[in-house]
Amino acid sequence: MKNAMPKNSTQTKAEKLREDFPILKTMVRGTPLVYLDSAATSQRPSQVLAAYCLFCQSHNANVHRGIHSLGEQATDRYEAARERVASFIGAPSKHTVIFTRGTTESINLVCYSYANKFLKRGDIIVLTPMEHHANLVPWQLVANITGAKLRYWPMKPDGTLDMSATNDILKPPVKMVALTHISNVLGTINPVTEITAAAHAIGAKVLIDGAQAVPHISVNVSEIGCDFYAFSGHKMCGPTGIGVLWGREELLEEMDPFMTGGEMIQEVFLDHSTWNEIPYKFEPGTPPIGEAVSLGAAVNYLSDVGMDWIEKHDHKLAAYALERLSSEEGIEIYGPLNGERGALISFNVEGIHPHDLATLLDRDGIAVRAGHHCAQPLMRQLGVPATARASFYLYNLHEEIDQLMEGIHRAKEVLAYAR
Amino acid sequence: MPDDLYGEILLDHNRYPRNFGALESPTVHVEGKNPLCGDELALDLVFDGDSLKEIRFKGQGCAIAMASTSMMTEMLKGKSAQEIREWIERFKNFMRDGGALPDDADMGDLEALSGISKLPVRVKCALLAWTTMEEGLKQLAKK
Repeated sequence: MKNAMPKNSTQTKAEKLREDFPILKTMVRGTPLVYLDSAATSQRPSQVLAAYCLFCQSHNANVHRGIHSLGEQATDRYEAARERVASFIGAPSKHTVIFTRGTTESINLVCYSYANKFLKRGDIIVLTPMEHHANLVPWQLVANITGAKLRYWPMKPDGTLDMSATNDILKPPVKMVALTHISNVLGTINPVTEITAAAHAIGAKVLIDGAQAVPHISVNVSEIGCDFYAFSGHKMCGPTGIGVLWGREELLEEMDPFMTGGEMIQEVFLDHSTWNEIPYKFEPGTPPIGEAVSLGAAVNYLSDVGMDWIEKHDHKLAAYALERLSSEEGIEIYGPLNGERGALISFNVEGIHPHDLATLLDRDGIAVRAGHHCAQPLMRQLGVPATARASFYLYNLHEEIDQLMEGIHRAKEVLAYAR
Repeated sequence: MPDDLYGEILLDHNRYPRNFGALESPTVHVEGKNPLCGDELALDLVFDGDSLKEIRFKGQGCAIAMASTSMMTEMLKGKSAQEIREWIERFKNFMRDGGALPDDADMGDLEALSGISKLPVRVKCALLAWTTMEEGLKQLAKK
């Protein structure tokens, strides 16, 4: 089954890019690793690893504190990373980029500091059925605390939002809309710009969970027009422990701190304190400095590779995987089938539990995710306890999808039988 | 293709689960769930005094969870509550000790699950039936 797809330009470039990722040379149970789980976490190129190493070896100090020159170097690099991230996502200014631990913390920050302060009993928060628990559970708490109610946008059988319901969903007293840019289960790419415009028309604010979007497509928060945008470093070739909340400046100014302590204050008295300016108001304690610097390096790496190229390559991989999986008997695919999807495919093989499939694929060195993908309500709506998910990134090759298919065939030989 | 983890015995129990179904008026009906993977299990137990006279299960889950349950029902039928407790402990140790066979008992078909003890993420699948049974005994004790 070698070279089932003719070589093409993105394929040749991907082969070259693989050289940047030392981990892709790993052997699993004697066979080369086939890593199809980048939606869970992506791998990191040498350039990003080197940036972390260089920071630790040459510039490590705490930021925004000391007078000494090392402290100044560390602060410069930390702030340069913020600037890189800001321009990467089209943020109007660098101080609207807040470093957090990841998407989950970014969303929680908005829930605690914005929603709990400004939402009130009777308000409505609109979510979608395809939200990751990270963009669902925090809103349940907001509802409990403020008395606001949750409303879910209806989803069509193909896994896209029913946009004909827009006027029914988005009407007063909706005050907040929180939705994913790209679904981590269905791969659905939501029309966030259109939804943002419609939400703003009724005075609602919009938060977008971009964890699966920023790594894969060009994201410009100014063009989308949203109020908050959250994402993680580790899904975009960066390290774990660092993420971003972008927020509209005037909203960030009105919000109270999420966590308090050092760094986030301006003046502290025995009985009260005043807050530092944004973004520092939201970055208490010592931040993950080396991680932020590495995220800056990851942004540089992705920019050098080219987001347009990544989007094209991802799209080709997803289309090829869709074609291979849908031409196979006994495979159910979840999410849009028309190719308008992110670089991931969730599926089930008839008669094989996804956990058994993932264990058997692992024996061939193929890493896929199996489970509920932190989206239990969506699993219920799909009527399955779990799915398998293959996800792709800039370093994946068409051959790896062929290997996935061969792995599925072997799993079927072991496990699938007429019931 | 033979597979050392998904061997013939395990597959046979998954394909043709023993004691599958429900019982009319069980002494104890107990449900177990593994929310992380969505596995669900319901055990119907009929005790005659202290002895497990009849056992049936229903559920959905992976091959490992289903096979482990099927094997458990075969192993525990006719045993006393105390013997069942010992078997639960024995099986937990079996999973914990890297699949080493116990000296004090013949594991029967359960031996086929020894490979699972080397896959920490899948041990919970094999254990679901046994922890559910443990809960069943607790309910029995309250009766």
